[in-house]
Amino acid sequence: MAISGNKELTSSNSPALIGAAGDSMREAFGMAITQLAEQYPKLVVLDADVAGGTGVHHFRDAYPQRFFQFGIAEQNMIAAAGGMASTGLIPVVTTFAVFCLRAYEQARLSVAYCNRNVKIVASHLGLDVGPDGGSAQTLEDIAAFRAIPGMTVISPADPFEMKLATKAMLEYDGPVYMRTGRSPIRRVLDADYQFEIGKGRTLRDGSDVSIVACGVEVARALDAADILSKEGILARVINISTIKPLDVDLLVKSASETGAIVTAEDHNVHGGLGSAVSEVLSQYAPCPMEFVGVKDVFGESGEPEELAEKYGLTAPFIVDAVKRAIARKGGC
Amino acid sequence: MGCKIEEVNEFAENIRRDALALLYHAGSGHPGGSLSCADVVAYLWSEELNYCGDSWQKKDRNRLVLSKGHSVATIYAAAGRSGLIDPAEARSVRKINSALQGHPHIKDTPWVETSTGSLGQGFSAAIGMALGVRHQEINSHVYVILGDGELQEGEVWEGAMSAAHFKLDNLCLIIDYNKLQSDDLNENIMGLEPLADKWRSFNWYVQEIDGHEVSEIESAVNKAKSVSDQPSVIIAHTIKGKGVSFMEGVPAWHGSVEITTEQLTQALQDLGIESGNMEAYINGDFWK
Repeated sequence: MAISGNKELTSSNSPALIGAAGDSMREAFGMAITQLAEQYPKLVVLDADVAGGTGVHHFRDAYPQRFFQFGIAEQNMIAAAGGMASTGLIPVVTTFAVFCLRAYEQARLSVAYCNRNVKIVASHLGLDVGPDGGSAQTLEDIAAFRAIPGMTVISPADPFEMKLATKAMLEYDGPVYMRTGRSPIRRVLDADYQFEIGKGRTLRDGSDVSIVACGVEVARALDAADILSKEGILARVINISTIKPLDVDLLVKSASETGAIVTAEDHNVHGGLGSAVSEVLSQYAPCPMEFVGVKDVFGESGEPEELAEKYGLTAPFIVDAVKRAIARKGGC
Repeated sequence: MGCKIEEVNEFAENIRRDALALLYHAGSGHPGGSLSCADVVAYLWSEELNYCGDSWQKKDRNRLVLSKGHSVATIYAAAGRSGLIDPAEARSVRKINSALQGHPHIKDTPWVETSTGSLGQGFSAAIGMALGVRHQEINSHVYVILGDGELQEGEVWEGAMSAAHFKLDNLCLIIDYNKLQSDDLNENIMGLEPLADKWRSFNWYVQEIDGHEVSEIESAVNKAKSVSDQPSVIIAHTIKGKGVSFMEGVPAWHGSVEITTEQLTQALQDLGIESGNMEAYINGDFWK
């Protein structure tokens, strides 16, 4: 049998960027992890043939000896990361979020149960994935990974916070699951913003309601607060970039001071940020709550903004949720 | 470097006796596969690990991962004989508040190297260890024992591809090929043959041995250590329940099963314990 090869094989495929370099969270992550490589000599990066999609092609090109290509085999990759960590390395495992779910049990046993210093960094989250459609749009990962004992779960809000969180993740000794993001996203945080694992940040003050958001929904929450302010409603906006461990003090204080909470996330409303926040507030500061997120359905192909509109994640949906929550104040 | 075959044989017999006594006191567990891999564990433990004091913590130690974690009684038996377990814990396997969990767990027994119990994962973790030490230029061999039924996990073949791709010649896989898995013969559940050909086609260096013959284990392990640019697999043909007449080749002894006093007594007799010396096993004082 004659086997003909490709005439022009190229290696190290770099992605066609969507938007300019650095304006998606995956790009920000890929550049940050590369910049931190010298400072963390034990850091190694593991990939399952999606480096161009997760941003770690930057690392691969700069540090080929510290880049481990595991092929399209995520279960082996994540369990092997646990073994690598046992020798003193800091493995950063990167793939699409949906394939982290595929290797969920490996993350549970070989990473978390062993308390390994492994960082699982997932791109392609939620409806933000866009045209690839429902198969890749992971709406379950926060629920899944926060249910693993000892697993820290982080979802930064913009490229700037992604850079800070990447460093904090490496500084922290223990298993971490972190969401990046596929699509271009605007910067919402100031240059003096500080990231700390386990701490939420109040981005805008307000006394009528607290909008608690993570990831791409933080920008939409800020937009919602702008719309609300024109109607005389003062919304506090809180960025909860660490979903586990949750900043309980900040949430309880905000619930007590504003008397109503709206959560917003690019994730199923079951099990994600909203569920985590309600677990805390139902115990310590019950108040009316509304949940902005995907309502227990799968996504579909489309542009991220179109999908956000269709599935109820944009600022006007947050505005409506705020009004519903405020209307129930004093009634529960 | 000649291995003391008689000593390893005696160690293996003690591992079998202790493993059964541990499972007897546990009231449940997996005897069949613990007995089949006892000779391989005895050899690796005494000749390749050779732990002394805190030597299991050295970065350049050789490593042994029991990916077929349900056979952990074998590892506990070897560790108990090596002074890594408090003799008083001999009756605590699989019990609440015990260090000795039902499957290997690094929390209180860190010398098991990684927690296992979900088939396939210990193999991948061992691959990661072999990669990790090589990346840091640490001279260490990583041994990993898989069950035959375990080979039905897709993750194993992901790992097989990756270890060959990475040319992990510091990795040696031993398959405890006792032909029986939880419910039935491998061939009735999901056939594995032609097994050696599978590994050869994955570009592994393949050896087949009698997994109860210490001299064959020795020569295969030494050969595996001399192979360059390829991971090694030793297909160790074994007998499930080896050494105990009523357990050999009987799927029901895969586990999890309770061993009665009468069964333990019979098993220990099969394993060469005189009736006058049974008491320590039945009382749980066999490490004292």
